Amino acid sequence: MDKLIQDFSYGLFIWQVLVFVLLIFLLRKFAWKPILEAVNEREESIEGALKAAEKAREEMKSLQADNEAVLREAREERERILKEARDMKNKMISEAKDAAATEADKAIISAKAAIEAEKTAAIAELKNQAASLSIDVAEKILGQELSAENKQTAMIGKIIEDVKFN
Amino acid sequence: MRANATVFFAFVGVLFFTPVAHVQAENVEKPQQEQAHHEDVHNGDTHDEASGEKDIKGIIKETIQHHLADSYEFHVTDGIGFPLPVILVDRGLKVFMSSAFHHGSIAEVDGNFYKEHHGKIYKTDALGTLSYDHNHHPTNDKPLDFSITKNVFVILVMAIFMFFLFRGVAKTYQTGLAPKKAGRFLEPIVIYVRDEIAIPNIGEKHYKKYMSYLLTVFFFIWFLNLVGMTPLGVNVTGNIAITFSLALMTFIITQVSGKKDYWRHIFWMPGVPVLIRPALAVIELIGLVVKPFSLMIRLYANMLAGHVVLMSIIGLIFIFESWIAAPAFLGLTVVLSLLELLVAALQAYIFTMLTALYFGSAVEEHAHH
Repeated sequence: MDKLIQDFSYGLFIWQVLVFVLLIFLLRKFAWKPILEAVNEREESIEGALKAAEKAREEMKSLQADNEAVLREAREERERILKEARDMKNKMISEAKDAAATEADKAIISAKAAIEAEKTAAIAELKNQAASLSIDVAEKILGQELSAENKQTAMIGKIIEDVKFN
Repeated sequence: MRANATVFFAFVGVLFFTPVAHVQAENVEKPQQEQAHHEDVHNGDTHDEASGEKDIKGIIKETIQHHLADSYEFHVTDGIGFPLPVILVDRGLKVFMSSAFHHGSIAEVDGNFYKEHHGKIYKTDALGTLSYDHNHHPTNDKPLDFSITKNVFVILVMAIFMFFLFRGVAKTYQTGLAPKKAGRFLEPIVIYVRDEIAIPNIGEKHYKKYMSYLLTVFFFIWFLNLVGMTPLGVNVTGNIAITFSLALMTFIITQVSGKKDYWRHIFWMPGVPVLIRPALAVIELIGLVVKPFSLMIRLYANMLAGHVVLMSIIGLIFIFESWIAAPAFLGLTVVLSLLELLVAALQAYIFTMLTALYFGSAVEEHAHH
């Protein structure tokens, strides 16, 4: 220990402190700062690139999801339109059917009415004819056959039979 | 950058093999040097020397001590090295090259005489007389010494090297965010310091302002530890002045950034009985100093011990002088060098890690009590 202190070279110590402090400041300005900054910059750029890639992947994923959603929407839209069309068709058919049925009913009804009217007219005609026939018959009976009783009866019966068939 | 690295490794390679080439030259030079050494240094020296012949253990011990200590010249091995400037403050600035001290000679500047003795410079007279106290320490005056010693030189070179290396790395980011060249290797370490040392210990909120210090400390210690493993014979991080300055900076930054909670936990610990609080304050205050002190000693002792062990094992080769011992100890040296490579990085990591931990405790905010 005594020898250590004896041999301690203050000249070397002072030179070392001077040179070393100077070296620290010179290296800080010309070496450590640029080197550490470059290293930092590179690390940041690598990190940035990795993050950008990650982001791009995320975006791609969301884009894909978007695409899918759009596609699904389109498909739904198509389905909807088709359904609407089908519904409309069915509706039109049923409407047409209804209309036709109504028309037919109307026609039948009117036909029935016409038939009824004809029938009524025919019956009225028949009645008129029957009345005029009866008058004719009565005229004939009254005019011709009123002399012989048997003939009269036969005649009446014949007439009535005719009337019946009429 | 690649060309630079190639040149560097070629240089290191040359250094590895030069000792072999200089062994012969050494044999020729030695006698003269030895003599010079004897005449100049011997009077106060207590080295084990028997009739002018140093024993091998003494040489090894001296070599290791010489290697561990700082010096006024950059000396790699015999014949290889260069002098460094000596800067003294002694009634004015005195600057001269350390070659003036060669072979124990006396340096004269403006009529003042200086002499190096055991790694320290003393003021002396024209004859170089040194007077000693009973502990064989010279009692001569010591001028204020701000010399560019070997360690200062290595620090300066390392600071310049680190500046250009990391500025170069920083520049490559201007052309794109990917690391290039040396940045490919260094950037993961920078990120490691940030993600594994700074953020877990200091927290996301405050860590940024300490990054410069942590990174500089980490690379400074690590690189200097590695330089210490080259055969240049450099031992900077195993020098107590260096580790003391680093620990002191950690200490100062910790105290300066200490928040209210930090000081309250030191002086008036919440959540314990009031009577115990003053005792805890004393303990905490001791801890305040012990923490950076442990940083200083840990790095110093680890690096110093590594150097001593490696050099001792190499020295054993010369003590045993046998064809079995040489390869065995060489292999052991290689294995221990690998361990030291790990220790070099580990000590830098531990120092930075604990520094971050202390900063973290200073800025920590306790949400509930």
